[in-house]
Amino acid sequence: MPLSTPSSPHIHGGSSVAQVMRRVIYALLPGILVATFLFGWVVPIQLILASATALLAEALMLRARKRPVGRFLGDYSAIVTGLLLALSIPAIVPWWITVLGVLFAIVLAKQLYGGLGYNPFNPAMVGYVVLLISFPRYLTQWPAVAPLGSPHALSFADSLAIIFGGGQVLDGISQATVLDFVKTELGRHHALSEIVSSHPGLFGTFSGSGNEWVAFAFLLGGLWMLQKRVISWHIPVAMLGSTALLALLFHLYAPETYAGPFFHLFGGGLMLGAFFIATDPVSSPTTPRGLLIYAAAIGALTYIIRTWGGYPDGVAFAVLLINMAVPMIDYYTRPTVYGHDNGGPAH
Amino acid sequence: MFSFLNRKSSPESSPNAGKPSSPVWRVDHLHRFHGGIHPAEHKAESASSPIQSLRAEGLLVLPLQQHIGQASEPVVQVGEHVLKGQLLAKPVGYVSAALHAPTSGTIISIGMAPVPHPAGLPQTAIILQADGEDRWIERESQPDFRQMDPAALRTLIRNAGIVGLGGASFPTAVKLNPGEHAAPVLILNGAECEPYITCDDLLMREHGEEILAGAEIMMHALGSQHCLVGIEDNKPQALEAMRAAAANRAKVQVVAVPTLYPSGGAKQLIEILTGRQVPAGGHSIDIGVVCVNVGTAFASKRAVIDGEPMISRIVTVTGSVREPRNFEVPLGLPMEQLIQAAGGSPLPIDRVLMGGPLMGVALHRTDIPVIKASNCVLVMAPEQNQPAAEAMPCIRCAACVDVCPARLMPHELYWFARAGNFEKTQEYQVFDCIECGACAYVCPSEIPLVHYYRHAKQEIAAQERERDKADLARRRNEARLARLAREKAEAEAKRAEKMAAMARAKASKENGESSAAAPADAQPAQTVEPGAKPAKKALTPEQQAKLDTALAARRASQISATTAEEKPKTAE
Repeated sequence: MPLSTPSSPHIHGGSSVAQVMRRVIYALLPGILVATFLFGWVVPIQLILASATALLAEALMLRARKRPVGRFLGDYSAIVTGLLLALSIPAIVPWWITVLGVLFAIVLAKQLYGGLGYNPFNPAMVGYVVLLISFPRYLTQWPAVAPLGSPHALSFADSLAIIFGGGQVLDGISQATVLDFVKTELGRHHALSEIVSSHPGLFGTFSGSGNEWVAFAFLLGGLWMLQKRVISWHIPVAMLGSTALLALLFHLYAPETYAGPFFHLFGGGLMLGAFFIATDPVSSPTTPRGLLIYAAAIGALTYIIRTWGGYPDGVAFAVLLINMAVPMIDYYTRPTVYGHDNGGPAH
Repeated sequence: MFSFLNRKSSPESSPNAGKPSSPVWRVDHLHRFHGGIHPAEHKAESASSPIQSLRAEGLLVLPLQQHIGQASEPVVQVGEHVLKGQLLAKPVGYVSAALHAPTSGTIISIGMAPVPHPAGLPQTAIILQADGEDRWIERESQPDFRQMDPAALRTLIRNAGIVGLGGASFPTAVKLNPGEHAAPVLILNGAECEPYITCDDLLMREHGEEILAGAEIMMHALGSQHCLVGIEDNKPQALEAMRAAAANRAKVQVVAVPTLYPSGGAKQLIEILTGRQVPAGGHSIDIGVVCVNVGTAFASKRAVIDGEPMISRIVTVTGSVREPRNFEVPLGLPMEQLIQAAGGSPLPIDRVLMGGPLMGVALHRTDIPVIKASNCVLVMAPEQNQPAAEAMPCIRCAACVDVCPARLMPHELYWFARAGNFEKTQEYQVFDCIECGACAYVCPSEIPLVHYYRHAKQEIAAQERERDKADLARRRNEARLARLAREKAEAEAKRAEKMAAMARAKASKENGESSAAAPADAQPAQTVEPGAKPAKKALTPEQQAKLDTALAARRASQISATTAEEKPKTAE
């Protein structure tokens, strides 16, 4: 009886795409829990809605593309995209906004490019930017802090009504983000100290109240991913570092006009972006030097858009814009192959 | 920060600068090669019992090609009775090695037989029926090898059939030629980084003294002044044994290297110990280093001091067998016999490897012989941690980039190889891949990456052969066209000359002028008038025959010249 003769190696380290994606989901949990506590049931409802839409869209597209549906659904990548998109948009948007964004992300940005591994752009960010450009009114109304159990917390029924009811969102439960607010006020030539002292409730310990703790929880989840080697240190360090450095320099130069590094680090989508979005392996570079260049560029661009651009937050645009440069970054940061740097003849 | 090596001749120079003339090497710091992995070691199973010798019995199958280079050439006849250690086949060409009888017996056939081959192809082998007496030829021992000329020592090692026992089977005598290097550093490779394999470990534990005696022989052949022995630190007993053996040898330094696959790759071990990299496309001797397996040193000792050619080797039999252990196996014994000697497999067998789980070759059957390259027979049952049958798409996670010891971009090579873009695989240095398998081991998508690189290498080699063939055909065609044009021109010249002669004769007849002016007039006549057709029958049959033979001779000489040019290429 002839034996099977597969090619070496004959053992495998045991990691899998599904395991990588599962770990990303676990790492999101602290942030999800904190957000749920602070903003109410709207958060998990949106997350479930987004994940379900993502799985359905992925399944239909895989079927249309004649790919094995079960095998690819089991890699959890669609759920990750759904969760990241839902965490990027305000949790009080109507259901069809979420569904539309997820459909864009999965159908257009992922499956039409060839599915997992073939998308040049981060699918969640494509979905987010499509929504931000198309429906700015919905995308800039964020839920106000209303911790579960507090008197003004939204009940589960209220949450469902807000998302599926189709009614107008009440002013009491929505507000601008602190990034947005500060940007608007600075545009009206108010000094930073003035803005902070006149709206003490908006600001927390490091940044915007409420959101800063969600950002902090994402940081913890991100550190866990670092420890588990789901991601390498290059992207978070370079991305957070470059935003913080620029913020520090400008803040030192003009403290009343430019917010400090902590305000930027824990405000908006930077922490989520640095650990969960820019680190998407498919759309980021593969060389160590390339990762540093890529992430530093995203961090800098984020700061530039936040400070001088037309949008209060810049993470999504920065990620997508630098995604375009990834093939070039990879090409020019190739490591020197063994034996090629000491005058030996090229092969 | 790179002056980890205390090179006493020029301590301030960087490790890669200049060529070492006769440095004194002493490792006081280790270097790190890029990447690497740490799979489960599985060494304890087979390392717990001492080496056991297996008897040469039954039919022994001895392939003529047990080394890199040209196959050896039989010097015995079918039906001839031979003694243990008798020469069966002699080396042919420079890169080749001899083959000897592992026991006494009768040659019963010389022909195609199943052998360990990646593609399962049969090869020419000498088949010996053991007579059970195990009677030696007369052995010539050379205890005074230090008096021998290094070249004579190399010839002795070549005639003893010694090849590298680490798995690549490069003829050792070729390696022991120092070339222009006055005193290359000898590195004994005892790293043994592949999981499961323990043959070098056991050899070092039991025969440390003889290994270092072999190292001294090699150092004499090379003119070496220093020998480094690199052993992974997961083999404390081997380290201890080798250190004990090295205690009274000033030129030998035993170094424990961290357990990290593939530290046993020659290039990686050289980098760990010296901080230097073998130049791409070059050999370790280019940086003044010669690296050989500890088993090879042991075999050299036996060949020179005991007069015993290479007729056996240590083989680890492990994995899914009841009693994993190491055997000293006469070459030619069927692997099935080894598996049985280790108690057989308690489970259904999924695959049998020759070598380790990361670089081993999966064998298509087990009734094939142990050869000089067989360091391990690894029996794998299906439930061991094997890659999935179906790969997921690459997610560009770059885990492969992190572990590649050659600092390649494995995922890019995969994309290019898959797309059939072999030019790009060459631009991304696919030929620098050592096929260690670290990339595929860590790949979460479980893509059989190494398989794609092998495919790319084979395709490129095939394309190059095709190109060479096309080149030869083109050169031949050009030569043929040139010949035809020449023939035509010659014919026309002859005809023109004839015409001119006729015209001259006519003119001299008519005008009665002197023929002295004729040659000058004949010149323009050679440029043929456009209207004049060249006569087909310009050459006489004798002239045609003469021309043909001359052209045939030239053609033959051209062809032999091109094949002679190509020979060194194929020999490499």
